[in-house]
Amino acid sequence: MAVKSSNMSRQRSIANNQPSGSFIRAIAAVIWKDLQAEFRSRELFSAMLVFSLLIILIFNFALELDIKTRQSVTSGVLWATFAFAGTLGLNRSMAIEKDRGCLDGLLLAPVDRSAIFFGKFISNLIFMISVEVIVLPIYSVLYNMNLFRSDVMLVILLGSIGYTSVGTLISAMSVQTRMRDILLPILLFPIVIAPLLAAVKATGGLLANVPFEEVQSPINLLIAYDIIFTAVAFMTFEYIVEE
Amino acid sequence: MIAVRKLVKRFGVKTILRGLDFEVELGEFVALLGPNGAGKTTFLRILASLSRPSLGDVKVAGYHLPKEAAQVRAKLGVVSHMPLLYGDLSGDENLRFYGRLYNLSSLEARITEVLEMVGLENRRKDLVRTFSRGMQQRLAIGRAVLHDPDVMLFDEPYTGLDQDASSMLDDVLKTVAAQGRTIVMTSHDLARAEELATRFDVLSQGVIAASTTHRQLKKSNLLTFYKQALAG
Repeated sequence: MAVKSSNMSRQRSIANNQPSGSFIRAIAAVIWKDLQAEFRSRELFSAMLVFSLLIILIFNFALELDIKTRQSVTSGVLWATFAFAGTLGLNRSMAIEKDRGCLDGLLLAPVDRSAIFFGKFISNLIFMISVEVIVLPIYSVLYNMNLFRSDVMLVILLGSIGYTSVGTLISAMSVQTRMRDILLPILLFPIVIAPLLAAVKATGGLLANVPFEEVQSPINLLIAYDIIFTAVAFMTFEYIVEE
Repeated sequence: MIAVRKLVKRFGVKTILRGLDFEVELGEFVALLGPNGAGKTTFLRILASLSRPSLGDVKVAGYHLPKEAAQVRAKLGVVSHMPLLYGDLSGDENLRFYGRLYNLSSLEARITEVLEMVGLENRRKDLVRTFSRGMQQRLAIGRAVLHDPDVMLFDEPYTGLDQDASSMLDDVLKTVAAQGRTIVMTSHDLARAEELATRFDVLSQGVIAASTTHRQLKKSNLLTFYKQALAG
C-alpha cells in the first residue's frame, strides 16, 4: 500500500487564496505547458508541417507555372497553405484540452479566463509561426522566389495573429460539439475571409514591388482586424467556454 | 460552507434542476446519490463554477456564484471521472503546471508532499499517459488538493477503477476527508458511499428528495433509504 495514510497537516500558507493569481504568470504557465507537451508528442507541429509541405508540393506540380505566373499566385498559395494547416493545428490544440477533461481543469483555476485565452492564443501562434518559418524557405526554393523580406514577414505575422486569435476563440467553441473537426473550418473561414484576402493582397503587392501606398490599405485592415478581434476574443472567451 | 437556495438549471426547454435546496456544514462529507440523469453532475458543475445557474442563489465557501467565481475556485478542489491531467506531461509537471495557475508558494515542496500522499512519489517523472487508470485518478486527487482547498467535489471518482485501485482511492479519500475538508461526492456505489460519507442526499427529478445522516441510518440500510427516496 503506497498511499501515505498519516493525517497530513493542511498548510494554509501554500495557497494565496487571492481571487486570482498573476495574469502574466497564468499565461506563461499555459504556454509552458503547451510547448512542453508538444515537445514530447510532436503531434500538432508535425501534422501542420507535413500538411503544409504537401499543399505547396501539390501546387508546385499541379500548376507548372512560368516565372510571371508564379509571382501572381504565390501569395494565394501561401495563405491557403497557412490557413488550412492552421485549422489543423487549432483543432488539435483544443482537442488536447477537451479529451481528458483538461479544459475543465483550466477553467477551475482561480485566474481570469482571458489569461487562459491568451496562453492558448500565444502557443497556437508560436506553432503557426514555427511552421511558417520552415515552409517559407522550402517554398522559396521550389518556386524560385525570395520570400525572406522584412515587409513580407511583417504581413505574414499580422495575418497569423488575426487568424490565430479568432481561430483560438472559435476552436474553444467548436471543440465542445460532436462535429468539432467539421465545425471549426465552417465557422472560422467566413470570419477570417477579410483578413485572409487583405493578407493575400498585401503579400502579392509586396512581392510585385508595387508602391507601398497600394498595399497600405490591406495592411491597415490587417492591423485593425488584429486589434478588434483580439479584443472581442478577450471579452467573449469566458462566455464561450462556460456552458 | 455550501448553501444553495431554489436552484434552477435549464438547457433550452429542458429543466434539469427544479428549485433545489442544499446545505453543507464545514467538515461534512455528503454523498449525493441518484439515478442516471437526475442532475448530479449538472449540480456539481454549478457548484464548481463551470456552469451558470438559470435561477436561484448559490454560495460556496462564503462567496456567491457566478459573481465571485474566482474566489470560489481558489477554495475549491474538483475530481471527476476524467483525470483533468495532460498525458504528455509527467506527474510532477502536471502538478507544477496547476501549481503555477494557482500561484502557489513553495511549490516544489508541496508537489513532493502531495505525491507522497497519493503514493506516486516514485513515479513522479513518468508521463501520465503511462499511468494506470487508478494511478491517474490518485494523481487527479493530488491535483485537486494541491492548493489546499476547503471544499472538495468528487463526481463519480470510482468510474472505471478495478477493486485494488478503488480500495487505494478509498484510502486517499479518507486521508483527504480527515484533514477537515467539506466534501460532496456523487456516486452510484451505495456501499462505498456508506463507508465514506457522513450524510446522504438523494437527488431525484431535479430536487433533493430525501436526506439522512450516518447516525440516523441503521447499518446496511442505505439501499432501503435510497429506494424509498426514489419511490417518493
